[in-house]
Amino acid sequence: MLQLEHVSKTYPNGVHALENVTVDIPLGEILAVVGGSGCGKSTMLRAIAGLDPASSGRIMLNGDRITAPHEKIGIIFQEPRLLPWLTVAENVGFGLEDRPKAERRSRVAAALERVGLSDKADVWPRELSGGQAQRVAIARALAPRPEVLLLDEPFSALDAFTRADLQDHLLTLWADSRPTLVMVTHDVEEAVVLADRILVMRPRPGRIFEEIAADLPRPRDRQSAGFDFVKRRVLAALDRSLERSTITDAGHTAAEAGAGNWW
Amino acid sequence: MSLALMSISSEGSAENTGPKRPARRYLRPLVGLLLPVGLAAFWELAVYLGWSNGRLVPPPSVIYQTFAELAEAGELQYHAAATIWRVFAGFLCGVAAGTLAGAITGYSAWSHRVLDPTLQALRSIPSIAWVPLFILWFGIFEASKIILIAVGVFFPVYLGVMGAVMSVDRKIVEVGRAFRLSGFAMVRRILLPAVLPAYVLSLRAGLGLGWMFVVAAEFLGASTGLGFLLIDGQQLGKPAQIVAAIVAFAILGKASDALLAAAAAPFLRWEDRFAQH
Repeated sequence: MLQLEHVSKTYPNGVHALENVTVDIPLGEILAVVGGSGCGKSTMLRAIAGLDPASSGRIMLNGDRITAPHEKIGIIFQEPRLLPWLTVAENVGFGLEDRPKAERRSRVAAALERVGLSDKADVWPRELSGGQAQRVAIARALAPRPEVLLLDEPFSALDAFTRADLQDHLLTLWADSRPTLVMVTHDVEEAVVLADRILVMRPRPGRIFEEIAADLPRPRDRQSAGFDFVKRRVLAALDRSLERSTITDAGHTAAEAGAGNWW
Repeated sequence: MSLALMSISSEGSAENTGPKRPARRYLRPLVGLLLPVGLAAFWELAVYLGWSNGRLVPPPSVIYQTFAELAEAGELQYHAAATIWRVFAGFLCGVAAGTLAGAITGYSAWSHRVLDPTLQALRSIPSIAWVPLFILWFGIFEASKIILIAVGVFFPVYLGVMGAVMSVDRKIVEVGRAFRLSGFAMVRRILLPAVLPAYVLSLRAGLGLGWMFVVAAEFLGASTGLGFLLIDGQQLGKPAQIVAAIVAFAILGKASDALLAAAAAPFLRWEDRFAQH
């Protein structure tokens, strides 16, 4: 169980990025966080990762307080951030340095196999395409078998086709060990495809605006009525979070109007 | 049909590149010899035909003869060894100090503010200006020479390391933090490999300056070394000896630089570079 209790964050320059965020994320849940720019969603993720500690409040993982990077929490960034001086296999094994060599080798091989890049084990990162590099980054984050995996707009730099492919891929990988996924995204459709629950945040200061459950059966059909319904609800909530619309209900027109420019 | 075409064309290209490749690999560096060899041949011819008496600018054959004489007497080896040893010792000291100072000032903003202005001021002092002081402090023998060379090597290495450490990608460092690296592990697994390409460049720049400073050091009261051969040739009116010493410097400098570059190359294979040479 990952718990955020009254988490706030004020940066040294006075920006109030996060205000009193409380949320419980049970093990194995996929949580998507969406919201306009400056709503603190990345700040929240970085606080959970232990990279930028919260100014007040607590973040707890199974009763342990998180103040620094934790071995049970992995993170995938917007860019692959592979280390260019390590081969693909060495990158995947980066977090396994303290394990015995044989175990490291077998886990790297398994992780590469799972992302479909076994044949790239010995190449340099410069030789990979953007999608392949991000898959290596996913394998690197999953190789130490984290309990919580944080994803900071992980697919936003990829083309639409690769993105859909990697979303499916992520779900397959998630099904292996069912870690908790917390994913920040700009892409409402991505949130609805992946998440069990969607947090809509509102900016200045960043706080939770609305929680939307997306209990659709998996695998999800992007064309189904249920999918469309959840997507419209999220778009409408986003729209209201920015106070762009006077319609408070999840109205059709509000969603349509805000769909294009909510960020 | 298309398959057949493909196999034919691939066979053809294999035949074309197969025997050519190794030959080209060995011949390509030789292109660099065209210009100096051409100039030397021209001058040899000019002296041979009597266009010039070649007394002040001796032709290659005379230089070669001087080389041979010096080598036969064992003088060339003796003086070259003295110079190589000085450069080597000065280079090691300068690199050690430059790496340490560069790493500290690059890593910590506070020590950068404290140390860097002083070091930059020292850098702008012409190296020769140190010589009288170093002779007073360290005597006229090896110590003062090696320290002068070390000073020359220090600054390019210092600047290179400091700049490289300061410009390490924050995002890559963050990956290290996310994997709970700190202190020594962060240096070994993230910072060191990240600065390596710039470090090798600064070492090569430092080595070049080391060869420059060894001459300055040997001009001042040395009785051994290639720099001494230069002075000796001037005082005894032997231009061929001077040119021979200069050629020896060129060969040693180029060889040591190539050695350094070759030693570093296996560690830099990962670089995503524009230049292929």
